[in-house]
Amino acid sequence: MTTGLDVTSAGSRPGGGPSAAEALRLYESMVLIRRVEERLRDDSAAGKLPGAVHLYIGEEAVAAGVCAHLEDRDYATSTHRGHGHFLAKGGDVRAMMAEIWAKREGICRGMGGSMHVADISRGILGANGIVGAGLSIATGAAFGAKLDGDGKVAVCFFGDGASNQGVLMETLNVSSLWGLPVVFVCENNGFSEFTPSAEVTSGRIPDRARAFGVPVAEVDGNDVTAVWRAAGEAVQRGRAGGGPSFIEARTYRIQGHFEAESFVLSGGGYRTEEEIETWRQRDPIARFRSALTSAGTVAAADLDRIDAEVADRVADAVAYAEAGEPADPELAETLMFAPEES
Amino acid sequence: MARTRLIQAIHDGIVEEMARDPKVIVYGEDVELSIVGDLRGVHEQFGHDRIRNTPICETTLTGMAVGLASAGYRVVVQMMFSNFLYTGMDAIGNQMSKLRLMTGGQMELPITIIATIGGGSSNAAQHSDTSYPMLMNLGGVNVAVPATSADAKGLVKTAIRSPNPCFVLEPNGRGGDQGEVPDGEHLVAFGKAAVRREGDAVTVVAIGRMVKPALAAAATLADEGVSAEVIDPRTLVPFDTDAVLASVAKTGHLVVVDEARECCSAASQIAAVVAEQGFALLKGPIRRVTTPNVAIPYAPNAEAHVIPGEARIASAVRELLGRAGRSEKVLA
Repeated sequence: MTTGLDVTSAGSRPGGGPSAAEALRLYESMVLIRRVEERLRDDSAAGKLPGAVHLYIGEEAVAAGVCAHLEDRDYATSTHRGHGHFLAKGGDVRAMMAEIWAKREGICRGMGGSMHVADISRGILGANGIVGAGLSIATGAAFGAKLDGDGKVAVCFFGDGASNQGVLMETLNVSSLWGLPVVFVCENNGFSEFTPSAEVTSGRIPDRARAFGVPVAEVDGNDVTAVWRAAGEAVQRGRAGGGPSFIEARTYRIQGHFEAESFVLSGGGYRTEEEIETWRQRDPIARFRSALTSAGTVAAADLDRIDAEVADRVADAVAYAEAGEPADPELAETLMFAPEES
Repeated sequence: MARTRLIQAIHDGIVEEMARDPKVIVYGEDVELSIVGDLRGVHEQFGHDRIRNTPICETTLTGMAVGLASAGYRVVVQMMFSNFLYTGMDAIGNQMSKLRLMTGGQMELPITIIATIGGGSSNAAQHSDTSYPMLMNLGGVNVAVPATSADAKGLVKTAIRSPNPCFVLEPNGRGGDQGEVPDGEHLVAFGKAAVRREGDAVTVVAIGRMVKPALAAAATLADEGVSAEVIDPRTLVPFDTDAVLASVAKTGHLVVVDEARECCSAASQIAAVVAEQGFALLKGPIRRVTTPNVAIPYAPNAEAHVIPGEARIASAVRELLGRAGRSEKVLA
């Protein structure tokens, strides 16, 4: 899933959309994330997964639209809601599923789990359980990219919750000061865990980047074309030595903060079913499918074929994970340190 | 051999590693002028891509180290005072110490963090902590505590070459201390203690800044006919348990001198390990000489009252060996 930056699409055709081939890849990326997460939702409810899962359903357009512009050599840091970023950046679905199932075959050998899927060989520096932690890690990776001078970029996915962490100000300052190729992607999904974002956020989040002279794009995060276009410009700016960019993608978390949240909410609530339903009507996948077929960009049969292929891949990944070996418990004692040079 | 100030020895170690490996990058607050003194002239020699000043933002300094190391660089962060580690603690406690395990061994993080530890300079409580106990408890970082010029150079070089996060904690106020440094390539392996003075009546394990007063106490005790062996562990993670047990096998008594606060100090850990693994070697209880569980005060006399010094170390040994006079009060 390494598309690279197509300079003839995003950058040099302002307002242009993805080509038919790019559109199919965006669609596939979103559908893969959705089907994986639906399966995780069901398997979590069935008690098959040992830990909590934080699902990305409804937000797929952000990961897909941004990562379409990235190569394996580029870096990305993610959040506790990180399955989508992992898959969109090219992470292996079998290895991720096995990790969440706590199996030896997992991408992190069962030592990280859902909240920490990472594939360093593909620049996926990890989902992260600490809100905002990816900001400084991505900034450091971008520092390395800048020193390498070969056009790599680092993307930092974070949420509206992380926007209230002080480290956002620090990293905007450093990356702007040093002209680092960071793309800050704020997925504003409306909730800081169980609290509506508006209750805990003053001002407008994109204004925080503007204060540091960082170029900002505010996009509909449920419109994959809009995300793709903004990300194309931001990634190109970073590759060309133009420094950091900030994208606020406004979207909505359809699932709870984590699956099984009803147990901790004990009957309490923080949003209405009507609100969730309103956002279901703005589903990024259904919207994109409808836009593509009505414009005649691609044939419905091509999308149906992708749906079927993805369903097979997900079923295969779950079977692979289920059949995997339990994690090696002794790894915990041997993996803390790399062998020292003697 | 050349007589070298401790701060210069650290400088020499960093410069040698920067010259050896172009991937070594140094950053921190005021590193270009080098207010601390361990990086004087490095900016002029290596330029802005190898060493640069940062804003005051410790949360990002430690976090960036994780990202820069992930991008293939060997990162040296000068954090000035170990108290400032508290501000940068997420990337230390949640990221660099854990990510190798959490990624199933995918991540290698060659990060060296340099900071001073200890009081003695009337810097008051927010610039005087000896904060390695929290680092030792993380499990995933090496902790070096050089007390001599030779070790300062050799340990910082080993740290920079290590594929793991390492803390090199400079003894505050000892940067001007002179010591012999071997000529040529000089590396000090982690996990190898040094016997600073041989003796057979009591083992005194002294950490970092405490080596100097422990040696002074040992000299005083020698005049009284008490032969104390002084051991400098040099690194707390990994720790040379064998060296301490071998000494206790000879002496039968153990005093551990640690400038960290008593609760969960390195001294507590060392005492526990010797009690578990060397109980049969002991002829009496283990004594810890530490800073009590207080913030380091500003006034020089108050500071000297709480930080272990020669007199308290000597008193602890005398008391342990049944030589304390009735009038002697021992704070520890």
